[in-house]
Amino acid sequence: MWRRPFPWLIGLMVLLFALIPYCTNDVQLRESLLLAALYIVLASNLNLMIGYAGYVNFGNIVFFGLGGYFCVYLVDAWQWQLLPSALAAGFAVGALALLFGLGILRLRGAFFALATIGVNEAIRQFVANFEPWGGATGIYLSLDAYRPLGGPMQALWTAYFLMVAVMGASLFLSDAIKNSKFGLGLLAIGQNEDAASVLGVPTPGYKAVVYTASAFLPALAGGIYFFKSGIIEPAGAFNLSLSIEAIVMVMLGGQGTVIGPAVGAFLYEELRGLLLTSEAFSHFQLVIAGSLLLIIVLFVPGGLMGFIHRQFPRTRHWLE
Amino acid sequence: MIGIAASVADGVLVGAVYGLAAMGLTLIWGVMNVINLAHGAIIVFGMFGLYFLAAALGVPAYAAIPGVIVLGFVAGVALYWIAVHRVIGQAELMSLLSTFAVNMVLIGLGTALFSTSPYNIPVSLPGLTWEGYTFTGTHIVAATIAAAIAGLLYLLLHRTRVGKAIRAVAGNRGAAELCGIPTRRVLAMAFGLGVALAAVSGTLIATLFPFTILSGEAYQLKSFVVTVLGGLGNPAGALLGGIALGLVEGLMTPFMPVSWTSVVEFALFVIVLIGYPRGIFAFSRS
Amino acid sequence: MNALLEIVDVSKRFGGLQAVEGLSLTVDEGEILGLIGPNGAGKSTVFNLINGCYPPDSGRIVLAGADITGEPPYRIARRGIARAHQIVQPLDNLTVLDNCVVGACFGRENLPLAAARRLAREVLEQIRLADRMDALAGSLTTAGKKRLELARALCARPKLLLLDEVLAGLNPTEIESMIEIVRGIRAGGVAVLMIEHVMRAVMSLSDRIVVLNTGRWLAEGPPEAVANDPDVIAAYLGDPSLMAAVERSA
Repeated sequence: MWRRPFPWLIGLMVLLFALIPYCTNDVQLRESLLLAALYIVLASNLNLMIGYAGYVNFGNIVFFGLGGYFCVYLVDAWQWQLLPSALAAGFAVGALALLFGLGILRLRGAFFALATIGVNEAIRQFVANFEPWGGATGIYLSLDAYRPLGGPMQALWTAYFLMVAVMGASLFLSDAIKNSKFGLGLLAIGQNEDAASVLGVPTPGYKAVVYTASAFLPALAGGIYFFKSGIIEPAGAFNLSLSIEAIVMVMLGGQGTVIGPAVGAFLYEELRGLLLTSEAFSHFQLVIAGSLLLIIVLFVPGGLMGFIHRQFPRTRHWLE
Repeated sequence: MIGIAASVADGVLVGAVYGLAAMGLTLIWGVMNVINLAHGAIIVFGMFGLYFLAAALGVPAYAAIPGVIVLGFVAGVALYWIAVHRVIGQAELMSLLSTFAVNMVLIGLGTALFSTSPYNIPVSLPGLTWEGYTFTGTHIVAATIAAAIAGLLYLLLHRTRVGKAIRAVAGNRGAAELCGIPTRRVLAMAFGLGVALAAVSGTLIATLFPFTILSGEAYQLKSFVVTVLGGLGNPAGALLGGIALGLVEGLMTPFMPVSWTSVVEFALFVIVLIGYPRGIFAFSRS
Repeated sequence: MNALLEIVDVSKRFGGLQAVEGLSLTVDEGEILGLIGPNGAGKSTVFNLINGCYPPDSGRIVLAGADITGEPPYRIARRGIARAHQIVQPLDNLTVLDNCVVGACFGRENLPLAAARRLAREVLEQIRLADRMDALAGSLTTAGKKRLELARALCARPKLLLLDEVLAGLNPTEIESMIEIVRGIRAGGVAVLMIEHVMRAVMSLSDRIVVLNTGRWLAEGPPEAVANDPDVIAAYLGDPSLMAAVERSA
């Protein structure tokens, strides 16, 4: 892997994310970058489904929300530390993803997409009625939860570095898959699933694995994010809008590439920040996101990276 | 017992309207293999369309329905050329995303224009009373109109040249082109027709219940459930499926809180898709 | 010669149409078996059944002694059956090379990436598509796509190759070239089952021919015998290309 230039690029990016806020001790920058890192995690892992296997997971946010709930619950009710809670959340959500995935991955195209929304909605409904997880009000973390990490201020930094680590893991995972035999099989499925099957790609197994894989890191990120926020409740955890924005990010940056979703996430977060602060545009967030998506799908389906790859073919090799 | 029977019968009436909505969706799918994810938004715009058109023209609600049908058709044709035309040959992923993007834009515009407050179209009609239970007049009228429009759709598809062209393109686009049928124009018309059906179902729903800009989601889900019950591309099946869904809802409402309706419908959707991919009411397609 | 593929009394119905009925045939190791018949005779259905696209309603399909009836396509591919489709199915946004690498990776030998890439390059050289290696598969001409289809199938190192009308739409020069390629495939020890309408190709290539009509077995035997079989002639109703092919091979 390290003979190619691109993984080094990922490493550099992770380093920059980690060092710049730390060295400047800029808390506002750190918060902004945390959000960016989170979006990159969501978009990259979503890309495994959309860009590689060609399955649109509209309800992808369910992994994030469930991961958040598992982690916060473990910290709050069982007094676990952050890292083991987040990891446990990741594995729990991965297992659930495998379970649900085996059912809905039999569906093709729009039906799969709608089923994923269904899964998200059903789980949100369930959690909102699930008393051990706070029902409709959710769970609040007391300040005690941050004591093992050295208090709230310190905990926020720890959470940030963990999020950056998860971001790095997402990008490395994307890269590793893309350059593997498994990834080639996924790409074949994304092009033509029936032809891929006839060619010998074990489609049901591969789809189940990628769906599960795409759940793990967002669940971890959810655990970290909601731990840091100190509160989790159903509407915020299973927010369908964020799910949709993740799709826009993937398409904007360039589905099927490794760096594309990261670029898209970054650009979109900047755009969103700009829109929210401007009074005139805040109501039009959905309209702008939708128009953006429409333009991309109609005219630049390869997104920004697709455009760059076409204009500068040499970049294909080192900017994957 | 009578209570449940009345609930079920009422469900069947409303179900006819669901069937009408689903017909629009299934028609578009059957003709051009596109699943219109803006379907819910169009239903909602049908609702608002009726509200504002009736107010602007100063006529009772039902009189404004034809106007909404025409507007829906025109909007549908426009939507086809804007969002669907370019992505028709490509991977299904693309048309999914493009219609979804349209949905986002429409809902966003709608929220900006109408906010999320509830709207209501007051329609007072005498109801039918039986054994002490009243079937609201609006439900009966809505079901009747839905059935009538379904009948008109059948006539259109099977007795007119336009309808024949649509069915030809649905069956085999290449062959239709060879026969000299202007396929792209036919596709645009079929899309317009599908959108018009969705819009008019919105108008009927608006006469039954209060609505907000966010109401579309629930009806889009119902449309999908009905579509898979009836088999994709099968308008007759859609009508039957709609009535079936209305029946199921009628059975559920006395026993279950409303918030669980969506969950049950999604479960039904997934189960039918996995178990009966060709639909429960699918007649053999020629 | 050993039997490689045995189709035993297989039937398949689609709604009101009995596509295949009570069909039995055998493909021996290393032979080229031609499968011909008028349109609608059920030939492509037979391929779909062998491939595992759908299971037969009744009957068995046996490959090298193992019962593969009802197995999914990817498992059948792993057992060593590869197919070049009538309507080509290139993986459009992957390169020509990557298309072949997919075939090599997931075919009978289940190769790792590096070995698969080497094999893919070799096969592309043989099929004379190497110059288009890095082009996107969707950008090839129809003839190029058909070659890619074949190359990809070969990369799977199959024991049995299903060729579904690979000559359709090719000009005479391309047909000759393809015939040579198919001969080379047989020389490499791969058995070939080919559906073809270009009669002179079928006549000159096949060791044996099986004729289907309305889903049923009609006749079987060496090319000349089949061509002179009165039932076959009646089924094709004096198909001039068949008669011409017979005359030329006589």
